[in-house]
Amino acid sequence: MATDPIRTPAAGPADAPPVLRARGVGKVFGGVQALQGVDLDVAEGEVVVVIGPSGSGKSTLVRCIDQLEQIDAGSIELDGELLGFRVDRGGVLRRLPTRRTAAQRRRMGMVFQSFNLFAHLTVARNVWEAPVRALGVPAPEARERARELLERVGLGHKADAYPSQLSGGQQQRVAIARAMAMRPRLMLFDEPTSALDPELVGEVLGVMKSLAQERMTMIVVTHELQFAREVADRVVFMDAGTVVEQGPPDQVFGRPATERLQTFLHRFSAAP
Amino acid sequence: MTGPGPRSLRATVPGRRGATSAAGPARSAAPGPGSAPSPAVTAAAAPDARDSRPERRPLLWLAWAVLAVLAAQLVAFVLRSDRLELEVVGEYLFAEPVLDGLLTTVVLTVVATVLGTALGAVVCLARLSSLAPVRYLATAWIAVFRSVPPLVQLLFWFNLAYLVPVLSLGIPFGPSFGDWDANDVITPYTAAVIGLSLYNSPYSAEIIRSGLSSVPRGQLEAATSLGLPARDTFFRIRLPQATRIILPPMGSQVISLLKGTSLVSVISMTDLLGAAREVYTRTFEVVPLLIVAILWYIVLVAVLTTGQSWLERRFSRGY
Repeated sequence: MATDPIRTPAAGPADAPPVLRARGVGKVFGGVQALQGVDLDVAEGEVVVVIGPSGSGKSTLVRCIDQLEQIDAGSIELDGELLGFRVDRGGVLRRLPTRRTAAQRRRMGMVFQSFNLFAHLTVARNVWEAPVRALGVPAPEARERARELLERVGLGHKADAYPSQLSGGQQQRVAIARAMAMRPRLMLFDEPTSALDPELVGEVLGVMKSLAQERMTMIVVTHELQFAREVADRVVFMDAGTVVEQGPPDQVFGRPATERLQTFLHRFSAAP
Repeated sequence: MTGPGPRSLRATVPGRRGATSAAGPARSAAPGPGSAPSPAVTAAAAPDARDSRPERRPLLWLAWAVLAVLAAQLVAFVLRSDRLELEVVGEYLFAEPVLDGLLTTVVLTVVATVLGTALGAVVCLARLSSLAPVRYLATAWIAVFRSVPPLVQLLFWFNLAYLVPVLSLGIPFGPSFGDWDANDVITPYTAAVIGLSLYNSPYSAEIIRSGLSSVPRGQLEAATSLGLPARDTFFRIRLPQATRIILPPMGSQVISLLKGTSLVSVISMTDLLGAAREVYTRTFEVVPLLIVAILWYIVLVAVLTTGQSWLERRFSRGY
């Protein structure tokens, strides 16, 4: 039960340089401002949970961090390295093409709402394919690690199954193992339980909780407020493409400062 | 048609009930506690699916009867016709000229499939290119080679030497590294290979393109997100998944290409049909030799179909 203030590093972000630093991030989708002036720092070992109504830009934010979307304003740095751009010799900022950002994406693990396991590969191969192809890990070593990771998410016995033979919760746990196999600096979760039947949500949140306990640096976009309350070091509330309010869970849930957050929380607590 | 159904079901039920109760303790004879013991209620007990029999299907028997008559007609025709000359069919089925022609047909099909598909893959990638001129070229290629009938293409390429007497390899408008007389290069065989491959290429290109675009976006995003190199994303994620979609239409395409090879006899190539024709222009046994060709075409397509379903099973693992 890592719920309480011992883990809430109020001083955390201040001393060590942040793993992730986003400044003034903006993104426009067909004339709609999906993100606007978003600043976000994530410290080593910190678990940041992003909440907010649908269309508030939460998913867009993690997709921009993972370089799946190109940002239109601001900058994102991972361990001090600018993501998605390079500064050429003349000092001009140049946008890197997708293939050039692959190395940056390898350092972040992404878990999608719709799992996106490779349908034509076995569960084990889903986990070891990328370390072998992208990091050059020797195959036997990668396979061994895949086995360990699947064991850890409780799916060691499904190694030779195909994704279509698994339940949604099992698929999502494999997806987490697949992302972890790259030994990422930062794990991103884009509404990982939103596509799951209610009775399968718990098993996925359980795996995420154990990652948090191992001090994995994580950004989690979710509607599971209970999870945010229990696991988050910091809760970020977004609305209309901006960060409206953030702080430790006690503060965000206990003493919401803005009306927008109060309304959002109220709507949630009204629902069963 | 609807009339006899329910009535016959109802008619059989009591009979079966009777049989079971006579054989031993019947289900209906053991009413649960509290239920009325009255025999009238027992008789009207809810129907039990276990007592049902399959519905009668008069149409099925009619269909079998029609099939039997048609089959009998065919057999009678084959046995009684003196023009079929089955002994001639048997005589030529494995005759050397026919087998030579068969080999030519197979070789042409294989070569034109390989070259046409390779060309199609290139055209497909060009169509998906981010460079506009490359895209335009691919679109024009598909438009031209899909518009011209295969027979016309064969004749055209066979007569290429008239249009371009000398083929040369070199720098455009600059020096040439080598020249060849087009009459030497364009043999019936090369004209057939060129014509069939070119005719095949736009279809392959479109089939491959539809397969590639059918791979769900999420699969590619997952690969991108893992930082998989572009080459691996294409060859290990996108192509294998596209192959599942590509195979069925590609199989049909190969089959129609196989049949399309029969056109090469117009440029004096002796394929399977050409061999049959050479024999029957000599012996006038036209129909038996056409039957020889037909039998071999059926065998070839059967082989292709078997290979295709094997490949389709192989690539649908995980779905």
